[in-house]
Amino acid sequence: MSKNVATTDKSWITPFNIISGIIVVIGVYLTYLRFSGGLGAVTNLSDYNPWGIWIGFDLLTGVALAAGGFVTSAAVYIFGMKRYHSAVRPAILTGFLGYALVVLALHYDVGRPWRLPYPLIIQQGTTSVLFEVAVCVALYLTVLFVEFSSAPLEWLGLKRARNIVVKLTMVLTILGVILSTMHQSSLGSLFLIAPSKLHPLWYSPFLPVYFFVTSIIAGLSMVILESTLSYRYFKHKMDDVHLKEKNDITLGFGKAASFVLAGYFIIKIFGLSSSNNWHYLKTEYGTWYLVEHLGFVALPSLLYALGVRLKSFGLIKWTSVLAVLGIILNRFNVCLVAFNWHLSPSDRYFPNWMEIGISIFIVTIGLIVFKFIVTRMPILYEHPEYKDAH
Amino acid sequence: MDNVFYTLHDFFLHTESVTYLLVIPALLGITLFWRILAGKDEE
Repeated sequence: MSKNVATTDKSWITPFNIISGIIVVIGVYLTYLRFSGGLGAVTNLSDYNPWGIWIGFDLLTGVALAAGGFVTSAAVYIFGMKRYHSAVRPAILTGFLGYALVVLALHYDVGRPWRLPYPLIIQQGTTSVLFEVAVCVALYLTVLFVEFSSAPLEWLGLKRARNIVVKLTMVLTILGVILSTMHQSSLGSLFLIAPSKLHPLWYSPFLPVYFFVTSIIAGLSMVILESTLSYRYFKHKMDDVHLKEKNDITLGFGKAASFVLAGYFIIKIFGLSSSNNWHYLKTEYGTWYLVEHLGFVALPSLLYALGVRLKSFGLIKWTSVLAVLGIILNRFNVCLVAFNWHLSPSDRYFPNWMEIGISIFIVTIGLIVFKFIVTRMPILYEHPEYKDAH
Repeated sequence: MDNVFYTLHDFFLHTESVTYLLVIPALLGITLFWRILAGKDEE
């Protein structure tokens, strides 16, 4: 562990605190407007467009970008890649916060949020894909909470409880992989019932497969990005093991992301071919489709490969930004741009600034909680009492 | 591909044929890509 791991008394007035403070104040006001005036007061949602950016960004993108947890823990605990062990806790924390914020965002998006537990306790609706998503997200959030809890338990000095949680690691990892496979793909399945609403270039019977594969890309890229940002802003919290393994993680995850991106690009071509949608590529939507797939799938795959071959860590890190943007673009395209594509421009959806404000507010809450946890709990370093405990 | 298909069989015969033809270069390409990607480990 670095020598200055102990929390130091610094001034509260920092650029991060000022900016996040302003966002939180505005966010609280927008929250008041949302819950006092209803969805209509702050959103541009309509009967044509019942799903806006709170679903496209907060939920679909949030769930995909939180996939680092199950990807990393599966690599380390199931496939035995112990050299990436130091990436597990930050990835689990990011995953846990990501899912917690997804559930928080759902409270804004659902008309009557107090009915969110209904699928679990009142009316199951087991024939609905959304039921499966609800159950999986609820269960996986619980799994992530238990997986993450070893860090606060170490911080609080509760050894016995911490040891019980650590013994459950393999079971929790397997549960995490099963639940993630189910709901990551099911988020794609949600769009299978709308073949007439989704543009043919984005609609495919393989949507569940696409969503699952892209979640792996998102998970791998987010671990690289998060490791880079942690090194930049919390380097003083990292111990020698984390600092030593950092480059291995960047190279290994970059290589995996490059390969999965290449595989994803190929299965997307198969999707075009099996639906015989080549002719749509000549249209405006086709151009946008090519921008997404050449600029944010093929290009990052090649750049990751180049970075791995040249051992250029800078290139891999910047490529992870491109890949994450690609995932966001893909979810936006499926949920917003290509959805209801046949409607006239006046009926199309564009988010209200207050919807964007609440999304920024929710992301800011995540950053504040992440910073709070990382600066206090053993996330980027091993607790001195549990070194070599795994 | 502005082909006109009169039956579902015609459609599947066309699309599956094209897809199967694409599978061959795809499998060769992804194998070669992996060898280039993992080459550093073997050296």
